[in-house]
Amino acid sequence: MREFVSPQNFVPSDFEVVRNSDRCIACRVCERQCANEVHWYDSDLGKMISDETKCVNCHRCVSLCPTRALKIVKNNDTYRPSANWTGPVIDQLIRQSGTGGALLSSMGNPEKYPIYWDKMLINASQVTNPSIDPLREPMETRVFLGKKPDAIERDENGKVINNLDPQLKLDVPVMFSAMSYGAISYNAHKSLAMAAKELGTYYNTGEGGLHKDFYQYGPNTIVQVASGRFGVYKDYLEAGAAIEIKIGQGAKPGIGGHLPGQKVTVDVSQTRMIPMGSDAISPAPHHDIYSIEDLRQLVFTLKEATAYKKPVIVKVAAVHNVAAIASGIARGGADIIVIDGFRGGTGAAPTRIRDSVGIPIELALASVDQRLRDEGIRNHISLVVGGSIRNSADIVKAIALGADAVYIGTAALIALGCHQCRNCHGGKCNWGIATQRADLVKRLNPEIGAQRLVNLVTAWNNEIKEIMGGMGINSIESLRGNRLMLRGIGLTEKELEILGIKHAGE
Amino acid sequence: MLMREGEVRIPSGCAISGMISLDGSKQNGEDIMKSIAVMHDRSNGLGGGFAAYGIYPEFKNFYAFHVFYDSRRAKDEAENFINEHFEIASMSVMPTKTIKEITNEPMIWRYFLKPLVYKVERTQVDEDEFVFRCVMSINTKIDGAYVFSSGKDMGSFKAVGYPEDVGRFYRLDEYEGYSWTAHGRYPTNTPGWWGGAHPFSVLDTSVVHNGEISSYDANRRSIEMFGYKCTLLTDTEAIAYIVDYLVRKQGMTHEDAAHVMAAPFWSTIENMNEEEKEYYTYIRNAYASLLVTGPFSIIVGYKGGLMALNDRLKLRSMVIGQKGNKAYMASEESAIRIIEPELDKIWAPLGGEPVIFNVKGGVE
Ligand code: SF4
Ligand code: SF4
Repeated sequence: MREFVSPQNFVPSDFEVVRNSDRCIACRVCERQCANEVHWYDSDLGKMISDETKCVNCHRCVSLCPTRALKIVKNNDTYRPSANWTGPVIDQLIRQSGTGGALLSSMGNPEKYPIYWDKMLINASQVTNPSIDPLREPMETRVFLGKKPDAIERDENGKVINNLDPQLKLDVPVMFSAMSYGAISYNAHKSLAMAAKELGTYYNTGEGGLHKDFYQYGPNTIVQVASGRFGVYKDYLEAGAAIEIKIGQGAKPGIGGHLPGQKVTVDVSQTRMIPMGSDAISPAPHHDIYSIEDLRQLVFTLKEATAYKKPVIVKVAAVHNVAAIASGIARGGADIIVIDGFRGGTGAAPTRIRDSVGIPIELALASVDQRLRDEGIRNHISLVVGGSIRNSADIVKAIALGADAVYIGTAALIALGCHQCRNCHGGKCNWGIATQRADLVKRLNPEIGAQRLVNLVTAWNNEIKEIMGGMGINSIESLRGNRLMLRGIGLTEKELEILGIKHAGE
Repeated sequence: MLMREGEVRIPSGCAISGMISLDGSKQNGEDIMKSIAVMHDRSNGLGGGFAAYGIYPEFKNFYAFHVFYDSRRAKDEAENFINEHFEIASMSVMPTKTIKEITNEPMIWRYFLKPLVYKVERTQVDEDEFVFRCVMSINTKIDGAYVFSSGKDMGSFKAVGYPEDVGRFYRLDEYEGYSWTAHGRYPTNTPGWWGGAHPFSVLDTSVVHNGEISSYDANRRSIEMFGYKCTLLTDTEAIAYIVDYLVRKQGMTHEDAAHVMAAPFWSTIENMNEEEKEYYTYIRNAYASLLVTGPFSIIVGYKGGLMALNDRLKLRSMVIGQKGNKAYMASEESAIRIIEPELDKIWAPLGGEPVIFNVKGGVE
C-alpha cells in the first residue's frame, strides 16, 4: 500500500516502474524479490501494482522477471528547469526540511568531476621497437609489495643474503579493497576470500573483524585495524598476510563510520566483538593517533605483535596534502601505502562529504609517486591505489603513473551482482551484498560469486598483458612509473604538470 | 626548430662491436674500426664512437676527462670549476685530424685530473663518487660544456658521423688498448649533437647499445632517485647509470647486474633449484624497477673486462667469437670475421645470458 506523505515532504520518485501489461503474467516474482516492497498484487484489480517512490533502481525485478515485462526508466516529472536549482538540489532540500537530518548516501561520488583516466592515452610500439604477442611470449604481471632494501648484503662466501622485509606476492596487480563484514554480507565476504585465493591475490576484511569461518583464507587476507578496533585481537592480527591501518577512506575522508544496530546480528556481533544490536561507531580519528609520530608507534606496535613477519599497510584518503602525508607514512615505518580517491565507494556516508571532500586518485597518485621519488624513498614503500578503478585500462594507467597495484571495491561488487543503486545504507540490498537479512544474503551464492570475480580479474589481467605487449613491455615492473607511455588529452598545462605526462602529439 | 638530444627522446637502431685481449696485450684501434665499418648500413652517419681501455698508462692514476665545449665561455667556466676541484696533471686539445667527413666539431679538450683531497674529505664520499658528482655538475650546470668521458686509463671518443670516420678523426690508430668497443648509430631524428653519440660513459663504465628499451621511463625515474640525472634521455645513458649504480654503489658483480637488467622470467625461476630460485626471486623483487624490457644488445666496458648482454627475449642480434686470447662480440658475425676469419668458436648467447670476459689476472 502507498503511505501517506504530507505534500511539503513529497518528492517525486527518481524512477518510474514501467510494466508491460501485455507481458505481465502476475507471477509475483517481482513482489517477492523486491525488499523495498515496490510491487504487490491487487486481487481486486487482478493485476500487479507498483509504488515507484520506494524504488531504488537496483534492477533485481527487471533481471528476474520471466516475461521481461519490467523496465525502470528515469522519471521525467520535472520542476521548472534551472541550471542552479536543479531537481536533485530541490529534492534534497525538501528531504532535509522534513527530517532535520544529514543526508546519507552510499557507493561512490556520482557527481560530474573530471575523470582523468579518460583523459590519458596509452602508447604502443611501431617499427623502432617491436610489440610483443602475449600468446607467444611470457608476459608477467606478478608484483611484490613491500619495502625494498637499500643495499645488497652478502654472507662470508659472497652469497647474496635475502635481506628483504616481509612482502606480499600478487599474481595479478589487483586486490579487493576493504569492505567490512557488517557492511557487506557473509556470502559477499566468502566470495571475495575464495576468489582472492584462486587468483593469488588478497582481499581485505575491512574494519569489522574476521568471521571465524574465514580464518582458513588467512594467507590471502589483509586484516584491517581501524579506529573502532572492532574484532582486533592477537589471533586476528596473526591470521592475515598483512595488516592494514585504516586512517581514512576516499568516500568520507575525515570522518568515522556508523553501522546501525539492526545490522549487528549475532554473527556480526561476535565477529566485531560488540553486543548484538548495538550501533558500531568508528570514531573519526584513531584516538591513539593524533600525529604522525603516533602512527609510527601503532605501525611498530602491530609489527611487534606479529614478530615483524607481516607487512603493515597504511590507508589514507586522497586529500589536498596527500603527498606530504604519504612521505610521513613512508618514514613512519609502513611497508605499503594505500591511497583511496574521492570516487571510492562506501556502505554509508554523509552525502555532502562523499560528494565534496577529497581529490581525484589520478592526481593524488601522480603527486605522491613523484614526491616519494624526489625524496629518494619510493623504494621504501609500495603504493597501492583505489577509488574507482573501472577497467584494465585504468589499471595500466595507474601503474604507468607509478602505482604498484590497485584495489578494487565497487567493481568487485558489480561482479557479484551489485547494480549500483547506491542504497547500501538502507540495508535491504536485493542482491544479497550490502545486507544482513538472511533471506537476502542467501541470494548470493559464494561459489558463483567467487567464479565471477575470478572471471573479471582474469579477463582484466589478460587485457593488461595485451596492452603491455603492444607497448613492447613484457613485465609489469617495467610499466611501473613509466609515464612516457602516457599522453594527456584535453588537459591544461597544470594538470599535465601534476600528472607528469606530456600532451598527445608532443 | 629541431630539439637537441636531451630535450627530446630520440629512438635509434644501431651497430655495436667489441674486442678484448684476455692476456692484457694491447693493440691499436685499427681492428675495431675495421669491424664497425663492415656494419656501415646499420648506422646512418648521425653518430659513431669508441671506448678504449688501457690507453693512458702514463696517467693511469688520473681521471681522464674528455670534454666538448660549444663556446669559450663554457670552457672558461668549466675550467674554473675543474681548477676548484682538481689538481690538473695535464691538459691539452684532443688530438684530431681534419677530414672532410667530419664537420662542425665543437672544441674538444682532454684533462688528466686528481681530485683535491680536502674537497673529497669535505663531501664525505669516496673519490669516485666525488668525481661522478663533479661530472654531473659540469654537465647539468654549465651550459655548453659536456664531459663525455671521465674514467681512469680509458677513454670514449665520439662524434656525429659514420663510426669509421669518427675513428680516423680521433686518430685511434695511435692508441693502444687491451679492450675496445664501438658504436654506429641510426637515430630516427637528426639532433646533430656530438654529446648524443655513443658510447655513454660514467667513470670507468662505458656502454654501447643497440635497441630501444620500452622500460625507459620506469628505469629513468628510478635511477634518478639515486643521484643520477638523465640529461640525454637516451637508453644508453640510463643503462650506463644502472650498471654504475648496481656495481659501484650496490657492490654487485657485473653478472648480478645483468641478472637485474635482464632477469629470467618467473616461469624459468620457478624451475630452478632452491638456491638459485631464492637468489633470482630476491634480485627480481628487490631491484624490480631496474629491469630493462624491450629490445637491446649492449656491450659494457669496464676496467679489465667487457660484458655483452641481450634483452631477455633476444630481440636484437649479438654474436660472440673467440680465438686464442682474443674475444670478440658484435651485432653481426661479419664484423668479427673481417678481423678474425678463423675463429676457435663462435656462438649467439641466449637472451638475458651475460657473456663476460675479463683480462686474466686483472689489470693494474
Ligand atoms: S527496488 Fe529494485 S527490485 Fe524493487 S522495484 Fe526497484 S528495481 Fe525492482
Ligand atoms: S551493494 Fe546492493 S545496495 Fe549497494 S549499490 Fe549495490 S545493489 Fe545497491
